[in-house]
Amino acid sequence: MTLRYGGWGHLLPWAAALAFYFFGSDLLSLGTNALIMVLFALSLDLVLGYAGIITMGHAAFFGFGAYVAGVFSIHFSNDPIAGLLLATAAAAVLGLITGALILHTRGVTLMMLTIAIGALVLEVANHLRAITGGDDGLQGIRIAPLLGLFRFDLWGHTAYLYTLAVLFVWFLLAWRIMRSPFGRSLDGIRQNVRRMRAIGTPVWWRLVAVYSLGAAMAGTAGALSAQTTRSVGLTALELLTSGTVLMVLILGGTRRLYGSFAGAVVYVVVQDLAAQADPFRWMFVIGALLMAVVLFLENGLMGLVDLGAARIRALSGSRREQR
Amino acid sequence: MSALTVVLDGVAYGMVLFIISVGLTVTMGLMRVVNLAHGAFAMIGGYVAAVALGAGVPFLAAALGATLVAGLTGALAEALIYRPLYRKGELAQALMTFGFTFVVIAALTAVFGSNIKALPLPGYLSGLVDIGYRMYPAYRLFVIAFGLALAFALWLLIDRSLYGARLRAAVDNPRIARAVGIDVNRLFLLTFAGGCALAGLGGVLGSELLPLEPYYALRYLVLFLLVVGVGGVGNFKGSFVAAIALGLIDTSAKYYLPSAAAYLFYGAVLALLLWRPDGLMPARSAQ
Amino acid sequence: MSSDDAVLSVRGLFKSFGALTVAQDINLDLPGGARISLIGPNGAGKTTFVNLLTGMLVPDAGHVRLDGIPIDQLLPEQRVRRGLVRTHQINTLLMETSVRENVAIAVAERERIGWRMLRYGPRWRACLDEAQALLAALGLGGDGLRLVRELPYGKQRLLEIAIALALKPRVLLLDEPAAGVPAGEARAIHDQLEDLPAGVAILMIEHDMDLVFRFAREIVVMVQGRILTRGSPSEIANDDRVREVYLGRRAR
Repeated sequence: MTLRYGGWGHLLPWAAALAFYFFGSDLLSLGTNALIMVLFALSLDLVLGYAGIITMGHAAFFGFGAYVAGVFSIHFSNDPIAGLLLATAAAAVLGLITGALILHTRGVTLMMLTIAIGALVLEVANHLRAITGGDDGLQGIRIAPLLGLFRFDLWGHTAYLYTLAVLFVWFLLAWRIMRSPFGRSLDGIRQNVRRMRAIGTPVWWRLVAVYSLGAAMAGTAGALSAQTTRSVGLTALELLTSGTVLMVLILGGTRRLYGSFAGAVVYVVVQDLAAQADPFRWMFVIGALLMAVVLFLENGLMGLVDLGAARIRALSGSRREQR
Repeated sequence: MSALTVVLDGVAYGMVLFIISVGLTVTMGLMRVVNLAHGAFAMIGGYVAAVALGAGVPFLAAALGATLVAGLTGALAEALIYRPLYRKGELAQALMTFGFTFVVIAALTAVFGSNIKALPLPGYLSGLVDIGYRMYPAYRLFVIAFGLALAFALWLLIDRSLYGARLRAAVDNPRIARAVGIDVNRLFLLTFAGGCALAGLGGVLGSELLPLEPYYALRYLVLFLLVVGVGGVGNFKGSFVAAIALGLIDTSAKYYLPSAAAYLFYGAVLALLLWRPDGLMPARSAQ
Repeated sequence: MSSDDAVLSVRGLFKSFGALTVAQDINLDLPGGARISLIGPNGAGKTTFVNLLTGMLVPDAGHVRLDGIPIDQLLPEQRVRRGLVRTHQINTLLMETSVRENVAIAVAERERIGWRMLRYGPRWRACLDEAQALLAALGLGGDGLRLVRELPYGKQRLLEIAIALALKPRVLLLDEPAAGVPAGEARAIHDQLEDLPAGVAILMIEHDMDLVFRFAREIVVMVQGRILTRGSPSEIANDDRVREVYLGRRAR
């Protein structure tokens, strides 16, 4: 991931997120949703932005994590962290199995397979309505106090900080991993798989590994969603959700450290505003936004930021080394 | 429920899938564009017909009108939206067409409302017909017959006509096709519009099996894509076989193992795609 | 030459696509340190032969042995790991990545640290250092941090070779290393080819006869999937059949 704006670039988003905690008391649940979407989009960035696996079925892991966390809290234990870890591991396993099954294909065939698997997981959830609640969704999720100390209050204070902390941990991990030899080899696979084979890279293994990693991360996001909103519905598994997270990622910009932040925040805000009016109005706005991004904003919002920064630099006449 | 009835129902369902999906396979194969908006054109056809029928327009005219509207919308879309996409890669195409689908859904529901649209059938198509061992819905027989006729007509068009020859040339190698004077852009436009028109028609004819509601374009997109994928992108014969096969699998699963029907369907698709990643009958040899 | 001495040994290789036979009964030995040039008219099947050796194509019959061990069941990646390395006729590089990183990633794979996700700092830096040294040896020392797509074509060809060398190959298959390179830049490539490590067995496909005669100690001539003849450069230069094939004196 490229970090173009130095140390301050790092601080800004996290500072903003913390500031929001103090100043945005009424909108904390919205903020939590945004943070969850950041994590979800980040997970897709690993799989699609870096490794180039075009998937329209990433919601399967999000939803699976959500249901695992929800069911765990209802039937086994309320502890949020235990549920989170279990959901993450479960999603990783699902990613491992499905990835191993389909990642020898590529391009359109692979995309279709991801769609088929997404549809299959949705049907399984629908079918097992005794466990998942089917169309009505999962009800009765309760969350015990975090670490036994911090209750999940009605205004979402604990939920917000809990989500922010989890996002931070995954963020650090993702950053470290994508700059590693492993991460670089995946970037190589995306750019030129033939070249990577020619240097002896076990391509399939690497792809399965990153797919499982992305699945785990998406599972965490799903679990957070289940725990902080105390509900899970079948929408979490739908094609619509897979398309939405894809859009959020592209909107923000792939392979950029904070692209997911930008995209997620914009999406959540737009969705909240538009959905209040009429559910289909937000579809129109999102759809138009998506089309505009593809036509005009190849590098997403971070691309806009780059343009702005370049203008400023040109105006001020200073030069900075980029890399 | 006798096996023959299940077969008939499955074939009828398959025909609907074929009518809608054949346009998609040809355009994905021809223009090499990942088109996730195909369901939207089927939806447009269905909605237009529903409104026309509601206003008292006779069935045939309504169906024809719906087909035309879907085709025209397709032509406009090709010129404005799809053309810039040809060189942008699969991801950009998927996103753009996905966004376009959202826009269409929003527009249709804004204009026509968000309840399910029913398409009342004309007298001569409704009712039951005696097929020997039982009475069977006339409409389904009509769909089967129509599908076969369409398949035959398309085969004539693609395999036997000059247009078809140009089409196949452009699919195999657009650069050389241009070099020998084939107006590839006009070919794309015509074919895309034709594919969307067929989708619209399929949306009308299939409304009994695929009910017209706001999320139609997304809900059944999976089905259409899978028919194309299993049949082989760009292969219209393959899409016919795949559509019938998937129609049969889905219908028989629903009758014999209703609780596991959905699994079986997607499981079968998964298995088919893994067995033959390039489709049951891939259109062209490796490039 | 018995097959025991050879690093790479090919016996009875055969491949056809329907009615088109692209490789017929090919036998070849590459001893350590070999400098063999494979020549022949276009479409003779030279690149196909390399694809058969690397595992990109599966032969219909025949065996390929590396150090006496059959490698026919191995995937291309696995053959690379055993030291069978190739360059490509058309540049196959990571265009959006720096020159140095292109090489460093190859070093990392060779050193088996390509899977490392969390603890990699010092070892990755070592890969970068080795990459830089290799680039310097090939005359690309100043280009390390540039993106590959900014590089002139000739330097990109050199990078192909650099990456292959980074893998410390035992057998190196060069597919037209100087192809498409403007005359001014080709010289650098020719010089580097002379300086390749002595112990490596090298098979080079080339059309540039100056390069062929300067480089090769043995020349193999391939026509229509078959080996027409082989021998020392002077033998080949004087061979009538070879002249016919290239100049077409007798119509086929």
